Amino acid sequence: MPTLSLMPPEFRVARDDNKCIKCLACVRQCGFDAQQYDAEDDRLYAIDANCVNCQRCVSICPAGALTIYKNPPPMRPNAHWTEGHLRNIVKQAETGGVLLTGMGNDQPFPTYFDRLLLNASQVTNPSIDPLREPMELRTYLGSRVEPVTLEECRDKTRTPLVPIETPIMFSAMSYGSISHEAFASLARAAKAFGTLFNTGEGGLPEDLYEYADHAVVQVASGRFGVHAGYLNAGRVIEIKIGQGAKPGIGGHLPGEKITAPVAETRMIPEGTDALSPAPHHDIYSIEDLKQLIFTLKEATRYQKPVSVKISAVHNVAAIASGIARAGADIIAIDGFRGGTGAAPTMIRDHVGIPIELAIAAVDQRLREEGIRNRVSLVAAGGFRSSADVVKAIALGADAVYIATAALIALGCHLCQKCYTGKCSWGIATQDPYRSRRLNPEIGAERLYNLLRGWSHEIKEMLGGMGINSIESLRGNRLHLRGVGLNEVELKLLGVKHAGEAM
Amino acid sequence: MLREGDYRVPSGCAISGFINKDGRRVDGSAIIQSIALMQERSNGLGGGFAAYGIYPEYKDYYALHLLFEDKLSRNLVEELIKDNFYIEAEDRIPTRHVRSIGKAPLLWRYFVTPRLSKIEESKETEADFMTRLVMRINDSVNGAYVVSSGKNMGAFKGVGYPEDIGEFFRLDEYQAYTWIAHGRFPTNTPGWWGGAHPFTLLDWSVVHNGEISSYGANRRFLEMYGYKMTLQTDTEVVAYAIDLLVRRHKLPLELAARVLAAPLWQVIDRLPAAERDLYTRLRVVYGSLLLNGPFSIIVGFSGGLMALNDRIKLRPLVAAFHGATLYVASEEAAIREICPDVERVWYPQGGEPVIGRLEEESQCRLSA
Repeated sequence: MPTLSLMPPEFRVARDDNKCIKCLACVRQCGFDAQQYDAEDDRLYAIDANCVNCQRCVSICPAGALTIYKNPPPMRPNAHWTEGHLRNIVKQAETGGVLLTGMGNDQPFPTYFDRLLLNASQVTNPSIDPLREPMELRTYLGSRVEPVTLEECRDKTRTPLVPIETPIMFSAMSYGSISHEAFASLARAAKAFGTLFNTGEGGLPEDLYEYADHAVVQVASGRFGVHAGYLNAGRVIEIKIGQGAKPGIGGHLPGEKITAPVAETRMIPEGTDALSPAPHHDIYSIEDLKQLIFTLKEATRYQKPVSVKISAVHNVAAIASGIARAGADIIAIDGFRGGTGAAPTMIRDHVGIPIELAIAAVDQRLREEGIRNRVSLVAAGGFRSSADVVKAIALGADAVYIATAALIALGCHLCQKCYTGKCSWGIATQDPYRSRRLNPEIGAERLYNLLRGWSHEIKEMLGGMGINSIESLRGNRLHLRGVGLNEVELKLLGVKHAGEAM
Repeated sequence: MLREGDYRVPSGCAISGFINKDGRRVDGSAIIQSIALMQERSNGLGGGFAAYGIYPEYKDYYALHLLFEDKLSRNLVEELIKDNFYIEAEDRIPTRHVRSIGKAPLLWRYFVTPRLSKIEESKETEADFMTRLVMRINDSVNGAYVVSSGKNMGAFKGVGYPEDIGEFFRLDEYQAYTWIAHGRFPTNTPGWWGGAHPFTLLDWSVVHNGEISSYGANRRFLEMYGYKMTLQTDTEVVAYAIDLLVRRHKLPLELAARVLAAPLWQVIDRLPAAERDLYTRLRVVYGSLLLNGPFSIIVGFSGGLMALNDRIKLRPLVAAFHGATLYVASEEAAIREICPDVERVWYPQGGEPVIGRLEEESQCRLSA
């Protein structure tokens, strides 16, 4: 950010000098040079314009002397020309660049999860107490072929399905976009809880192969870090076509983040930009996708389910149907609230559709075509709580991916500056001085706790509905009711309005 | 008010049934006596029976029991039947006047066999052809409803206490080797005869006590295979699920029961490898057919009977033996009422099917 800007700073750092003990922790820990110390005057001060409100200094200040305020907008109130638009225009007038941002769409579009309510049992069927009765969350991912016959059960050449002990997995975040410490935290937590983490498109670091059995190994358009060993080590292979935060465009990891270990994992020279093309240059149509799916299956002797991840776009149901018919075992759909390490702001905020509608449309379409059993459906993109997870499964998903929630558990405060590589929390950075702040053991424990808490809550909600197994919730839209939704929305979601009987 | 089928009616219930495995046929007075004992489990808004072996003279024909709300629907259905079947015999289902039973719909039965040319035209198996036709009548002919459609069996049901329904249908005049009964306690007033239990499809008949919380998941899975839920009852879902698993996917009944009331993962994980693979596969593939929530059901079929509880036994089910007869009911008293000197009484575990089948020789004798 230039020193002189036509816009006032977004945030203001307030320090209570009566409390401050001048330990300088804030100066050392601020990733964005907002906290400064003048040794000559023995004075602490802040450069407000640099502050991104990541809350690192506030959280670590031992004296509790710091507070960050939103700078009151100096502009005359204007519903059309909001402060955000003005800031963007000024920024572009100053730099001439594409606006960049991190994390998910933060605009006030409707969140359908907040317009859906869950059911519970009363009198006619008993609710089930998860403290007394078994409550099953185990979910299998992969292609289900019926009918079941006794012979095929002995068939060992069939692609195995992959069990996860809770219907929640960690979504794709590549090594490079996040630190080794953050990556290792996810891997450890996934293994400890019996679920999967996703390597993202940056390969799997050599020292984390012991967690490969709990990894979804991604193959994206840049093919970074993809080799036979990597494919065969993972539990599931995922072809990344699109990402909810930036449908239709590729990725760019700047050379500064390509440190020696990242370069080695990605199999590219150190310091070069890692560019993922927008499309896979060997997939220009659905039959090309089929070839890649079967190339990967051949490379792994049909022992790994292949997932295809797409972002939720307008025609998502038909595309998903095509993917199922192309031989994928899992379809992952990423909604427009999905996060990212870096995306053009305009793309993040204006492309794609809500995941709730995408799940409903895809599940319904696959059922109408009688092929829902052929694929597992994984939903991603902005799951904030266990209630969101339950609602997604009731709409038709088999499982969900979480990433933003996982990073928040690791310390992220959604300052949306991941693309700068300066993350004060040691998550989205390759600077060892910063990434050291995140202890993978503690990180894994926090992630494990999150999964544990959500899983407990899911069990309580299931028990309340009188269900003791997650598969009885899958696609069970009778347990959902809409509030304040119009008829088209209700029809698309396949739910009744609150107040309507069974 | 909407008719049943346009919305979902939860009900509590009483169920009872028995099979004479030696093929001995008995009249309906015993089953009426048994279900009547559990009168406080029903509320007079639905009762019904299924009986196997009642039409030996027409055992090769599908016995279509139909109810019509008016003449028009009967004409429409008869036209459909004449198009697709040879009719061997038809008559009104005999009834007698019972004071407590309100106005009954028109009740008819037809003994039919499908026209071969029609089956060939449809490129289906005979059973699929029959299933589709039954669904078509229930789905598209307003006011008509197929009460049962199996061979050498029939269902009798209506609005009233089960003992009155039994009296009304003169069940003391039928001889059957399997009898199944149901007394219903719906939470609101459906007042429609088609909504009572048992629910049937071809030879299958199901009576059911419970509310299935997984209904939405079960229903949407079955819809993928062309089943149409016209009644929106849990019982309908059970019947279609069994039809899909046993008749179409050729699973043994014992394994089908393990789909409907699947063993817990913690149990499956402890099984020997071969069994573990099988049960895992069953749960993984047919997870959407798991009946979740409280239920006890009795399933009747040609030559047998199966009783099953939900896997954590949230509804009562008792079984008992006496000689060649297997009894199952909601309450032990309902069994002792008709068989005071039972040899063995037990409470089947949740998810543990109790299956009784005709002994081989009696099977031959009955079908000869």
